[in-house]
Amino acid sequence: MATPKKGRSASTQSKPGRSLVLILIALVALTGGMFASGHTKPRLGIDLAGGTSITLRAVPEAGNEAAINKTNMDTAVSIMERRVNGLGVSESEVQTQGRENIIVNIPKGTNSEQARKQVGTTAKLYFRPVLATEVSGGKGTASPSPSPTGSPSDEPSGKATDKPEATDKNSASPSATPTTQGRAVTDALKADATPSASASDDKAKASPSPSASGGSAEADASALQAKYAKLDCTNEKTRSTVGDGVKASEMTLACGKNSQGQWQKYILGPAEVDGTDVDKAQATLDTQRGAGWTVQMDFTNGGAKKFGDITGKLAQNQPPQNQFAIVLDGDVVSDPSVKEALTSGNAEISGNFTQQSAQELSNMLSYGALPLTFKVDSMTTVTAALGGDQLQAGLIAGAIGLALVVIYLLAYYRGLSFIAILSLLVSAALTYTLMALLGPAIGFALNLPAVCGAIVAIGITADSFIVYFERVRDEIREGRSLRPAVERAWPRARRTILVSDFVSFLAAAVLFAVTVGKVQGFAFTLGLTTLLDVVVVFLFTKPLLTLMARRPFFANGHKWSGLDPKGLGAQPPLRRTRRPAAPADPKEA
Amino acid sequence: MSKLGNLGARLHRGEVGYDFVKNRKIWYGVSILITILAIAGLAVRGLNMGIEFQGGAVFNTPKNTSASVSQAERYAEEASGHDAIVQKLGDGSMRIQVAGIDTGAANDIKNTLADDLKIDSEQINAELVGPSWGEQIANKAWQGLGIFLVLVVIYLAIAFEWRMAVAAFVALIHDITITVGIYALVGFEVTPGTVIGLLTILGYSLYDTVVVFDSLKEQTKDIAKQTRWTYSDIANRSINSTLVRSINTTVVALLPVAGLLFIGGGVLGAGMLNDISLSLFVGLAAGAYSSIFIATPLVADLKEREPQMKALKKRVLAKRAAKGETPQAETGDESYADEPEDAAPAVVGPRNQPASRNRGRGRPSGKRR
Repeated sequence: MATPKKGRSASTQSKPGRSLVLILIALVALTGGMFASGHTKPRLGIDLAGGTSITLRAVPEAGNEAAINKTNMDTAVSIMERRVNGLGVSESEVQTQGRENIIVNIPKGTNSEQARKQVGTTAKLYFRPVLATEVSGGKGTASPSPSPTGSPSDEPSGKATDKPEATDKNSASPSATPTTQGRAVTDALKADATPSASASDDKAKASPSPSASGGSAEADASALQAKYAKLDCTNEKTRSTVGDGVKASEMTLACGKNSQGQWQKYILGPAEVDGTDVDKAQATLDTQRGAGWTVQMDFTNGGAKKFGDITGKLAQNQPPQNQFAIVLDGDVVSDPSVKEALTSGNAEISGNFTQQSAQELSNMLSYGALPLTFKVDSMTTVTAALGGDQLQAGLIAGAIGLALVVIYLLAYYRGLSFIAILSLLVSAALTYTLMALLGPAIGFALNLPAVCGAIVAIGITADSFIVYFERVRDEIREGRSLRPAVERAWPRARRTILVSDFVSFLAAAVLFAVTVGKVQGFAFTLGLTTLLDVVVVFLFTKPLLTLMARRPFFANGHKWSGLDPKGLGAQPPLRRTRRPAAPADPKEA
Repeated sequence: MSKLGNLGARLHRGEVGYDFVKNRKIWYGVSILITILAIAGLAVRGLNMGIEFQGGAVFNTPKNTSASVSQAERYAEEASGHDAIVQKLGDGSMRIQVAGIDTGAANDIKNTLADDLKIDSEQINAELVGPSWGEQIANKAWQGLGIFLVLVVIYLAIAFEWRMAVAAFVALIHDITITVGIYALVGFEVTPGTVIGLLTILGYSLYDTVVVFDSLKEQTKDIAKQTRWTYSDIANRSINSTLVRSINTTVVALLPVAGLLFIGGGVLGAGMLNDISLSLFVGLAAGAYSSIFIATPLVADLKEREPQMKALKKRVLAKRAAKGETPQAETGDESYADEPEDAAPAVVGPRNQPASRNRGRGRPSGKRR
């Protein structure tokens, strides 16, 4: 490594201007972006800026009060933690309070309504076969008359439509089906995750058929059917209680919204696959079929098999019994129909998701259902946990420390220190704008430890310059003039910088991938500053030094340039007779 | 140029230098002593875990609490003897969290607090809170740390060699132990800030060691092709040649942290800043120290056990013996101010040159360039 000659010709030095322009463009773009987006300050964590505090109370389930115990509460805390901290950088805090409460603190500037939904949603997910379904009219009812229902929903099928059907069979499932069959499968999922919809024609047919389905559902089925007839999904109260206390293995009633925003009611069979069978879920934008945002689910091995079995069975049924309902916390989110067994081990929920709602849902599915049901008790703002004086004291102290650094650099490196200070400024500007932009982008929030970490990062960034400057000075001491010294020193300094920054980056990457919560936030900051260090040294410090080496002030070794050969104790030029400290040419070794 | 600049030049030429490797036993001793103290401190005083880790009590005051946040914080700290986190809620009430409190103590504190805040103690609602930095976060953090350490040792073993990986690891453990021990001795409460500080140290310690090792590796590349210096000599030279860099980097990294610790925490009295900056300050200092005084001599120690290096040492010593005790005069026009390894100013040479290169080139020296 570090073969200067090769390095010299190969590296960026030849066009120092280009990289300088590049980094300036990046800087201007980031700053512009920052002002354009209106987020000119990084989001601060709850310790510095306060935020919103949500108190959730576990709701005891009839007959299962013992479920509110420490184990379940702790599980709920860790699931909520992961839900609100999806990317690990938002610095939200979740903790239990008393026996049955959980407090969730989210930093200022977070959408607290969204956070409330994220932590409060139980996210029990079931795949249940649809036995019967129909639009639930405002009047409660009756009205399974085919034609009325049929037509409205048919149109929607045009827009909503893709069937959340599964998966790999993209080509098979496309919208062709709805039209050809006249069986509009409008499973539109409603953004709020409540939706649903089903082919309306199906319902038309379906409504007569409850009885048919009843065939499979024996005695108590008729009771269920009676309830079904009376079920009014437009009534919020009814809706919220309709699936209460039903076990996964029982048939149930459920509501969901179809694509036109109408409430639809369902009789559903026992759950065949549930949320624990989902390995992970991901929000994706389906551009190919124009289905908009969808949620892709990967099943576990067991889940994939069960899902294959149920879809295989359903595919042989007539509508609507070839549909299965994806039920989230008792609401039908989606009710795709199935044409063949889906064995690929993944499935997709589609509908009119927004990016946000798709991400929320996938988040919840990935991290699993809460073991308990929670109700939001209160939501209130809280002030900073550290109080303003701490931040202020920190900033003053940090500023003094930085001033000392600048003085030290000036005293030691003289003219050279301007390059160092400029580099630090560029690095600081990049860090600041990126952090400001990452606030709205991924919910990045800066807490006090992160601020301190950024201050230490100054040391690491400065180290890169120092390593390089010292190398340059060593070359000068060996009697080189500045320009060759700058070029010869670079490959070695570069290697040192890369090798050592790699260690930091490795730490950041591993911690970010493995950990959760605050540690993950820290890892993110560390990784970001390490990368910026490399970027600044390569694209800014080095080219700038190359350019500066052409200026007489530096090249002639002005006393104040910090590169004065005499001051550095350089040996007289190489050709003289005695060379106590022989310069090296590694090539010759 | 400034004094340090001259020092740099003299270090570079090998006019001055400190024999780190030769005196390693002293430094090992110092480190072992500090480490034992740190462990003893840890064992005796233990770590004072903050509310984020162990939970504690929360006191919710009524809506129209008039006291200010900082007042309440002081009251709570006085009443409980622990760090308190006080937050004002949207409706004017306060949430006061105190670590390490059980139900019995909570009642006393509640009454004291009620007196201080001049409100009826009935109106304060006390409950136990769980940790916000729960077991899951802690477990994942340990797991991540373990994976990282394994990977970094593998990386160092590949990029450098296993001896360096071992030495870097030892230095890392050394730094972390000292930092944690001093933290225990000082008795600050461990907050998430402390942990983040420790993780920063972890990264920095390795980073700093790697910078020194990089120079060591470069200088020892062709060690087998010469008979002038033992591995220890060259290791020592490499430390000396990166010394200016090490000092500069340490100063630049420590100054802002010192600002936070002594001005922010000490003079301006900001509590949480203390937690973070203390661990950072101790850790950064220990990290810089251990790269030079522990890690590199340790590598030299390990290396000298290698048969090849043993043989080299023998040859070098034999050669020196043959040349008499003043090799310096003879080698004056060669690369290094070469001295027997027991001479006080250690063998220090220009940093970038592995010895062999200079040797090879000693003769045609005038020709170059």
